[in-house]
Amino acid sequence: MITPIALLELRRMMLSPLAWVILALIQFLTALQFLNSVEEFMLNQPRLSALENPPGVSDWVIAPLFADVAFMLLMVVPVISMRSLSVEQRDKTLSLLMSSPVSMTEIVLGKYLGMLLFLAIMVGMICLMPLALMPGTTLDSGKLITGSIGLFLMLSAFTAAGLFISSLTRSPAVAAVASFFLLFALWLMFWINSGGEHIRQLVEHLSLLHHFVPLLKGSINTADVTYFIVFATTFIVLTIRRMDAQRLQG
Amino acid sequence: MSELLKATSLTRYYGDYRAVDNVSITLNAGDILGLLGPNGAGKTTTMSMLTGNLAPSHGDILIKGCDLADEPKKAKQSLGYLPEQPPVYRDLTVNEYLRYTARLRNIRGKAITLAVSKACDRTGLDQVSRRLIGNLSKGYQQRVGIAQAIIHEPDVIILDEPTVGLDPIQIREIRDLILELGTRHSVILSTHILPEVQAVCNRVNILHQGRIVYDDANTETPEHKQLIVQFGRDIDVHSLLELSSISNVIRQDKGRYVIQHHSDSSPASTIASMAVENQWGLMELTPSEMGLEHIFISLTQGEEQDDSRDQNAEQAA
Repeated sequence: MITPIALLELRRMMLSPLAWVILALIQFLTALQFLNSVEEFMLNQPRLSALENPPGVSDWVIAPLFADVAFMLLMVVPVISMRSLSVEQRDKTLSLLMSSPVSMTEIVLGKYLGMLLFLAIMVGMICLMPLALMPGTTLDSGKLITGSIGLFLMLSAFTAAGLFISSLTRSPAVAAVASFFLLFALWLMFWINSGGEHIRQLVEHLSLLHHFVPLLKGSINTADVTYFIVFATTFIVLTIRRMDAQRLQG
Repeated sequence: MSELLKATSLTRYYGDYRAVDNVSITLNAGDILGLLGPNGAGKTTTMSMLTGNLAPSHGDILIKGCDLADEPKKAKQSLGYLPEQPPVYRDLTVNEYLRYTARLRNIRGKAITLAVSKACDRTGLDQVSRRLIGNLSKGYQQRVGIAQAIIHEPDVIILDEPTVGLDPIQIREIRDLILELGTRHSVILSTHILPEVQAVCNRVNILHQGRIVYDDANTETPEHKQLIVQFGRDIDVHSLLELSSISNVIRQDKGRYVIQHHSDSSPASTIASMAVENQWGLMELTPSEMGLEHIFISLTQGEEQDDSRDQNAEQAA
């Protein structure tokens, strides 16, 4: 029962110009960034090759590209997720799902997976750029794969948080702004340097970026992957609970 | 008759405010039950609870024997609900939307197309099935809402104010549709419009301030009909009361009486001949049903209304 909800979510997203504008602009900005770093790499290649263990095109181009995309999407995911539950509550269309033989968990997961499908398309399109280098050079396919997994995990975490925020309000604008600030705070935590060593370490562990960087460098760490999964699961469970509570409070 | 839906002592609080108080509703197979009440009586809250959109503070709901709280999926499978505002996605076409709702109600594969065309057929949506819901008129959107509620052939259909905001022709069409639905499904219909209940329902519950104040299954409907008579002058009421078919005579105004009589025999001709005999100067003799309107108004407007009417009568006298 999750599939029809997810597919409809994706379909309705694709019916709005917003999704297409986002896809196009992200692709455009990423392409600029990509061409720029490829050019830089070409310029620096003679000097780099003199080094003992030179960074390859994967390190020079792909990792920064994915890091930039992740930061851009930090601002874009809230715009994608803002409508998911807030508008359904505002327009009272939620009662269609609530009076159908579907559980709240299925509704929330359906909405979530629908958005992930959209983001998967986006990540796929971004991956096409590094893949375009294939005919000219040998890519470190491991790093490309871990990088895209990392990017996707990051987006899953963003989306789960955005979904939760959109369940809290009926206004999509409020949902977008609040999700953005939540994600931004979690992102920035990485740079907090004050406080004792313990606090610093704790903050570092909670930060999204801290767990993203190793994946970009090509190392898949159980701790990092678990972090993203726990992050997403927490917000999904919160969303389900919130929607159930809505039914109780009215 | 089998009970399709049984709600016992439903109560619902919003904070401290008790919107619905100890409401019990039974729906039997073949019923079109009208839930009648003034605005704010708790109709929508009751219906939201019956369809699982709101959790009741107290009370149980059984749909075809399945508890809505314990087995929500099973119970909701036999339920179709049209909320006050049709839950349609304006950016989809009628066809797309109905296919989605069919899938949500566990219809699979080729059966989907069949169910959609059947629902479109019954609700008169064939002509518009490829149009965007957002571009349809309110009446058609309402039909899409009804089509969504009947697509899986549920036993119980719950319609919340289905004719609100429609023009008179659309209202008549929707009423005909509800009557048609009643032949195959059981329907609960909420409304604050009296003629609507009289036109389509075979059973009535009246809801007032969150309570069921009238249930024609339990409450004795008065076995009376009445005649409204206008004579040229006041008459001796006792001579009328001597007639065995007359149960009560109420003086309304100078020479104007409401004569209540048993429903089986009308004393109209007897009264007419008596009037001629005694030269009462008969001007009007109108039979009228002691109907729902009387019950509705007296129950929902309480004593104040009756008092003021009596006062008017006294002043006139």
